[in-house]
Amino acid sequence: MSVNVLIAEDEQNIAESLRFILEQAGCDVRHALDGEEALKEARISTPDVLILDVMLPSLNGFDVLKTVRSDSDLTDIAVLILTAKGQSHDRKTADALGADAFVTKPFSNSEIVTEVLRLGAKS
Amino acid sequence: MSSLNVVILAALGYAVVLFLVAFISDRSTRSGWLSSPLVYTLSISVYCTSWTFYGAVGSAARNGLEFATIYIGPTLVFLGFYSVLRKLLRIRRENNITSIADFISSRYGKSDLIAATVTIIAVFGAAPYIALQLKAITTSFQVIGGSSDTVGSAPITALWVAAGLALFTIIFGTRSIDANERHYGVVAAIAVEAIVKLVALIGVGLVAVYHVADGPQDIFNRIAETMPPPEEGFGVRWIGLILLSGTAVLCLPRQFQVTVVENDNERHLFTAAWLFPLYLFLMSLFILPIAAVGATTLPPGSNPDMFVLTMPLAAGRDDIALLAFLGGFSSATSMVIVSCIALSTMISNHIVMPLTLRRTAGLSVDGDVRGLLLKSRRIAICGILFVGFLYLEFGPQSAGLASIGLVAFLGVAQVLPALLGALFWPRANRRGAMLGLSVGFAIWTYTLLLPGLLADAKWWQQVAQVGPFGIEALRPDALFGLTSLDPLMHAFFWSISANVFFFVLGSLSRDLNPLEQLQSTLFVDAFRSGSEGGQRLVGRAASADTLFDLAQRVMGANQAYGIFRNYAQAHNQKAEFPVPDDAFINHLERRMASSVGAASARAMISRVAGGERISLDELVEIADETARLMEYSTRIEQKSREIEETASKLKSANERLVQIDAQKDEFLSQVSHELRTPMTSIRSFSEILAQNNRIDDDKSRYFMDIIHDESVRLTRLLDEILDIGAVERGDDFPVTLIDPMVALKRAVDACRGLAASANVTIIEEYTDQPTTTLANQDRLTQVFINIISNAIKYNDAVNPKIEIDTSVAAGTFHTSVSDNGSGISEHDATLIFDKFSRGSKPTNEKGAGLGLAISRTIARKFGGDVVLSPKSKTGAQFIITLPITSELHNQSNMEDALYTKPLTESI
Repeated sequence: MSVNVLIAEDEQNIAESLRFILEQAGCDVRHALDGEEALKEARISTPDVLILDVMLPSLNGFDVLKTVRSDSDLTDIAVLILTAKGQSHDRKTADALGADAFVTKPFSNSEIVTEVLRLGAKS
Repeated sequence: MSSLNVVILAALGYAVVLFLVAFISDRSTRSGWLSSPLVYTLSISVYCTSWTFYGAVGSAARNGLEFATIYIGPTLVFLGFYSVLRKLLRIRRENNITSIADFISSRYGKSDLIAATVTIIAVFGAAPYIALQLKAITTSFQVIGGSSDTVGSAPITALWVAAGLALFTIIFGTRSIDANERHYGVVAAIAVEAIVKLVALIGVGLVAVYHVADGPQDIFNRIAETMPPPEEGFGVRWIGLILLSGTAVLCLPRQFQVTVVENDNERHLFTAAWLFPLYLFLMSLFILPIAAVGATTLPPGSNPDMFVLTMPLAAGRDDIALLAFLGGFSSATSMVIVSCIALSTMISNHIVMPLTLRRTAGLSVDGDVRGLLLKSRRIAICGILFVGFLYLEFGPQSAGLASIGLVAFLGVAQVLPALLGALFWPRANRRGAMLGLSVGFAIWTYTLLLPGLLADAKWWQQVAQVGPFGIEALRPDALFGLTSLDPLMHAFFWSISANVFFFVLGSLSRDLNPLEQLQSTLFVDAFRSGSEGGQRLVGRAASADTLFDLAQRVMGANQAYGIFRNYAQAHNQKAEFPVPDDAFINHLERRMASSVGAASARAMISRVAGGERISLDELVEIADETARLMEYSTRIEQKSREIEETASKLKSANERLVQIDAQKDEFLSQVSHELRTPMTSIRSFSEILAQNNRIDDDKSRYFMDIIHDESVRLTRLLDEILDIGAVERGDDFPVTLIDPMVALKRAVDACRGLAASANVTIIEEYTDQPTTTLANQDRLTQVFINIISNAIKYNDAVNPKIEIDTSVAAGTFHTSVSDNGSGISEHDATLIFDKFSRGSKPTNEKGAGLGLAISRTIARKFGGDVVLSPKSKTGAQFIITLPITSELHNQSNMEDALYTKPLTESI
């Protein structure tokens, strides 16, 4: 049973590398370019894991996370916050909002794959 | 029945004994038992006059227990207001007060007007009271002499009695004029009389209980039989009478005389506080039994005021009756003697002296003041007794003893508000005291004194019935329609209420003058202030000889010399006379005050020593000091304001620093973010390539291209970051006079490749007006490239084109770069010039967002600007402005402008 992953990331290249490594690991991967699109896609495909960039256009990652956690249809999705800022208060915000994992850019591919598979196995 | 001769003999004999006692006591002043607290207490019992001796029984027979109020009031005062009395004594001693009038006037700025007013009130109140004593003596003469027991006048007897009393008072009351030398003879005689009246009353009481009646049980039965039920008597009138008698024991001139003026040891008061109430208790013990026995054994219609005499006479105990007569005689004479001393002192000090001083206004006090004082006192004594006699002969005949006494009580009670104010209310002043006294006195006269005096006059009866001039509301016994109280309580209510009201109103209406202020402090804080207080306010000077001259005329040469010599010795001065400084003049004034009262002493001293208030020099000195203090405090205030200002500047600078620090953090965080993004792709793809051998060539080429692009982006980003630092610091670009068109054309040419690859058409429309501006060619080109390439890169139109125009207006060179794309949202328009900001639209463009910030910073360095035109309808329009400069000499100004721009503005 493959893990359904939704990537919310506005940087095309990063999204592409994520798609590649996750598909290699046997995941089913979808991609959204901004926050609103991510929410729309999540409602359609109900992914197991959502990889969420913080600095997203239209609706930032934290707002998306808030909506996910308050929506009974989406609340079961495991969320991995991906950020280039990596400051401690971002990590605290993520924890407070109910993120399941927190990875800073640049990441190692194996780290991301391990995290996603772990979260996918839980759900 | 005793014959009249026996009675006269007994009275004369008793008088001789009193003379002897007084004479001997005066000789042996200040020794032994004379200055004991017992004598002091007994002298206070002058409170019990013939009114209490005879009248209390009468009152009990008529009104039951009501007579007790007259004893309860003073008892409460001595037990409960001990501290008030002590304060009175202390103030008296430290200010050498001679009478209650002197006390009040002293407190209210040593005003002779107040002193005179209080004196007049006291005399008015005393006249009927003295008449009452004369009446009691003459009536008792008639009763015991056997002529009649009906109340009536015996002019000759009364006149003889009055003359005898005047003689005694003059001999023992006006030997000296210094209040400090107390009237030991008089006090001793009064103490003897106090014992006689107590023994007499108890004797009569014992006769009533054990001789006429069959012991206590029978007495109780008789009381129950004859007395009205007590509940009829209790109520407003009871409270009123208790208040009134309590007031009287403080304010009656004779009580003030014996309790306050004649006291020479404050500790004696401690004994009096319990012994005097005990005396009153013993005096009242047999009143009811005598009244009950009298009422049940004597024929109906007998005058109850004379039961004390008629009851033992009817029982055949002539000896006890004679003793009772002597007791009544003692009560009356002691009251008259002390009253006359007190009143004559007040009249001479507060009426005669001020009038004399006024008559000799402008001249120095001359003549024998001492002689004048003594003479005026003697005349006053005779006058008072004569007025009393006249009142007895021609006054109302119907009133009982007790009611006349109560009229007098209420009269002197008018002094109480001013007295208590003097002791406890610092703000109380002369105007208030004067107003209160006058209004209270007027109402008392109108509602109580006149109705008694004129009871038989037809015209007054008319006034009493319908009010003066037919004004009902002003009826003397029902002011403003108040009819529920009996005449005494009615007068009590209105006079005291109005008195207090005007006293408070008057006091609040004006501030105290310096002398009132000083006296107020001395009185209200009597236990705190020293006796030498208040010198600071007075600045007077006179030669010692002049002062001595004045003093000896007031006090006699011997006493005056004594004062001067003692003072000099006490202050270690070698000369016979002391240095007449302020301290000595104040001392002398106080000593003189004990002879003539505070107001007169002050007036006399001021005559010879001048200066009522602070001298001009002192005033200037005080003003100088005040000015210095004020200046100093102003300087301090100024300093503190400056410090505050500096602190607030520092605070805002600190806030600014914190803000800049936060901006720096934000900048670094953004830099970090911008750097991490390309690095993420590079790392991720290089890991993919390194770990996967099976990726086909196309894909691996594609991934390597991404790695390359991101590396380039990273480099450019670092360049931009370094660049904005350089631009903001303003170094590294020397300015010269250049043609902006050259820079623009170079920029457009540089962008043509980009435009071609993005299929963007460039439309150019330039002005041909030649212009120059002061700028750096390369940097200006950079600005143009940045704006134009942005317009190309972010143009999302189907047929993308950009338009570049130039124009010259108002000394400014305008370059407009507009595109036909979807434009910039209002929200983005406010942000795009910030560092690291890119439009919110997702895009493939990889700028760091520093371009516009750099461009604007550069343009501003040249005195121009880069703005987003708010007017563009479609697409975005950026306008670059540059000031047109044709002269090189402006360069220096330019450089100033360049280098003085605050750094913080752009970071």
